[in-house]
Amino acid sequence: MHLEDFLLGAFVYLAAAVIAAPIAMRLGLGSVLGYLIAGIVIGPSVAGLIGGSQGESVMHFAEFGVIVMLFLVGLELQPSKLWELRKPILGLGGLQVAGTAAAIGGAALAAGVEWRTALTIGLVLALSSTAIVLQSMQERGLMKTSVGQSTFSVLLFQDVSVIPMLALLPLLAISAPGGDHSTSLIANLPAWAQALAVLGAVGAIILAGRYLMRPVFRIVAGAKIREIFVAFALLIVVGITLLMQLVGLSAALGTFLAGVVLAESEYRHELEQDLDPFKGLLLAVFFIAVGAGIDFQLLMNEPVKLIGLVLGFVVIKLVVHFVIAKFFRMSTPDASRFSFMLAQGGEFAFVLISFVTGLGLLGIADAAMLVAVVAISMALAPLLILLDEKVIQPLFAHGGELRDPDVIDESEAKVIIAGYGRFGMTVGRLLLANGFKSVVLEHDTEQIDALRKFGIKLFYGDASRVDLLEAAGAREAEILVVAVDDREKTNEIVAATKKNFPQLRIFARAFDRVHAYELINAGVDDTYRELFEASVQMAEDALVALGKHPYEAHRAALLFKSHDEELLRLAARHVDDNEALVDIARKGRAEISNVLDADRTGTPISSEDAWIAKDRPDQ
Amino acid sequence: MAKQKKILVLFAHPRLSTSVVQRAMLKAIDGLEKLTLHDLYAAYPDFIIDVRREQQLLLDHDIIVFQHPFYWYSCPAIIKEWLDLVLENGWAYGTGGSKLHRKCMMSAISTGGNRDAYRQNGRNRYEATELLAPFDQSAYLCGMAYLEPFVIYTGRHLSPGELAGRAEEYRELLVDLRDGRIDPLKRLAKGHELPKAFGAASLRGEHAS
Repeated sequence: MHLEDFLLGAFVYLAAAVIAAPIAMRLGLGSVLGYLIAGIVIGPSVAGLIGGSQGESVMHFAEFGVIVMLFLVGLELQPSKLWELRKPILGLGGLQVAGTAAAIGGAALAAGVEWRTALTIGLVLALSSTAIVLQSMQERGLMKTSVGQSTFSVLLFQDVSVIPMLALLPLLAISAPGGDHSTSLIANLPAWAQALAVLGAVGAIILAGRYLMRPVFRIVAGAKIREIFVAFALLIVVGITLLMQLVGLSAALGTFLAGVVLAESEYRHELEQDLDPFKGLLLAVFFIAVGAGIDFQLLMNEPVKLIGLVLGFVVIKLVVHFVIAKFFRMSTPDASRFSFMLAQGGEFAFVLISFVTGLGLLGIADAAMLVAVVAISMALAPLLILLDEKVIQPLFAHGGELRDPDVIDESEAKVIIAGYGRFGMTVGRLLLANGFKSVVLEHDTEQIDALRKFGIKLFYGDASRVDLLEAAGAREAEILVVAVDDREKTNEIVAATKKNFPQLRIFARAFDRVHAYELINAGVDDTYRELFEASVQMAEDALVALGKHPYEAHRAALLFKSHDEELLRLAARHVDDNEALVDIARKGRAEISNVLDADRTGTPISSEDAWIAKDRPDQ
Repeated sequence: MAKQKKILVLFAHPRLSTSVVQRAMLKAIDGLEKLTLHDLYAAYPDFIIDVRREQQLLLDHDIIVFQHPFYWYSCPAIIKEWLDLVLENGWAYGTGGSKLHRKCMMSAISTGGNRDAYRQNGRNRYEATELLAPFDQSAYLCGMAYLEPFVIYTGRHLSPGELAGRAEEYRELLVDLRDGRIDPLKRLAKGHELPKAFGAASLRGEHAS
């Protein structure tokens, strides 16, 4: 492709996305539907701005968006959470795939399709679109609800089940012609060697994620060049994609696996943010390509058959899903939402269809029809989700059936600590000792490395970035401890937090007195001069060493401290008025020396007179 | 001579540097053999009392003396905190709380008011011993004998010579108690009833050794 063609194509896609998405969002349709419509409009069937073959190649390219998305999904899923979801994943997910495949395969069989082909069609169509459903759920804030978790579990099982499908479908083909997935270097190897290669690749991903990534991340992050970190994040995804293609596995699954392995890593949030724009953009292109790829010629030739197939497909899915949901005791509105969410074909179907066509399990014409059915069902998906949301859900609103309460993730920490060095660590330790876990953000790779040895959970990143704070849970947290070793950075974090998360209470480390003024005037009441407490403590101990009674030394220190704090706050109000500052300082010096003089001369100060007063009633 | 008793002086003054009487008392008893002087305000300036350490100290001694200025007819704050935390249920009293049985407790206080102020018809309406009833009863609950308090009245108005004399009396009292020249059970506080823990010994006029 010439550069000009490429730029022209990019221009068309980007323009379509930029125009369609805002309009769709404004109309309440969700971005996915917007992209699909934009794709149809610019596709060969309507405006013809992009050719059919070009659309297909773009689609392959944009599938990378799905791969990045699954990597990000994996990043969100710590193995522990995955283990927690094992029941819905295996039970609900397994039943969904088996049930849907059986129902659709059965219908195909009844329509006179050969049983092997029927089974293949059933399996291929059992899958739903992770891209569409996740995007739709995220836009509606459903990810953390119980129905969201159920739906997600099913999607996860589907994605994983692609592996055994790819492995087992060739067994259905009597005269397996080897397939046309020419990218796979191991296709010509004997079966056991293929299996070995697959296992090896998966094992390599897990081992590399566990042991190799961390030191490499440290070096890359240590360079402190932002684009290199982004490049490295992309490199991981691209590398795994290539490796997976090499062994003939789903790249999406490989990256998902890598994501899960890296979910425990402290670089998780940074990876998420750096890849997120790529994911979003590539998915947009992917959806546009799906829209453009819908073969309207086929629709024109056999409209009744195609529409009938799509409707039958969607209805079977809806019914099977609803029955399964009720079997798992979901409330009726949740069951409805669950059914509608998953009632479409998925992007993996395209992969599987080309795979089984290569195996000879599906005729070329049937394959084209199936692609059209899946694509149209994907185009309809956002509409169906809207139908459920706007028409069906309101029916239940008065129906008396209570909606399940949203599941709130208990593990979300109330405290975010930015900067986990000498200062923040002490804060974190004391909080933890009292049962309060913190989310820790740290920018120093060496520090991260040292702390990891102690099993402390922390994330790499710049805490002045709003998206990182958000990922760390700034919306739900109660307290932000700013303990970074950099006054400018502290001010940036405070400003960003005040602006974007006004509900967060900020506890800030001040570099010195002047910095404390700045912070107080920025609205941070909980300001702590980093060396103040230690120096007061040292003075107290020195006084004791000099022979002062420990309790008197202690009280002198406490008095000095509260007095100095008072002056600090007073002075902060007049920070721009030099004369007033000098005045306050002079007065403060006088008062503090009064306090000290009083102790030295034995002249009682303030309320402590009573300890030695001569006219007490009891004396 | 009988075996020497061990004395623990639990001392409290929130501002020792400006004290006259208490300092004189401390000076008099400082360095006595078998006597442990424990300045509570110095040990716990932040009021975080090490309960186990304090209990061990109690176990290691026979006679516990609370030495402090008389504030509002009672002790300075840290002794109250000490009583609240150290005399635990199941340890000092209550079921199984027998660790302090047959030990002795005594108060050694200094007041600003004179002797006559601490009489029924005086300014403070009660005897100092009566006002110390909470200590008496605390000792009783813990199975301890509560001894007649040692009181220095009008401490700040005494001449240096007089004060030194009173402080010396304090020293002699502690030495005599230590060496057994004074039988603590014959020096019980006015109105104190010997707890049952002393059993038959109390009838025979003997005491824990």
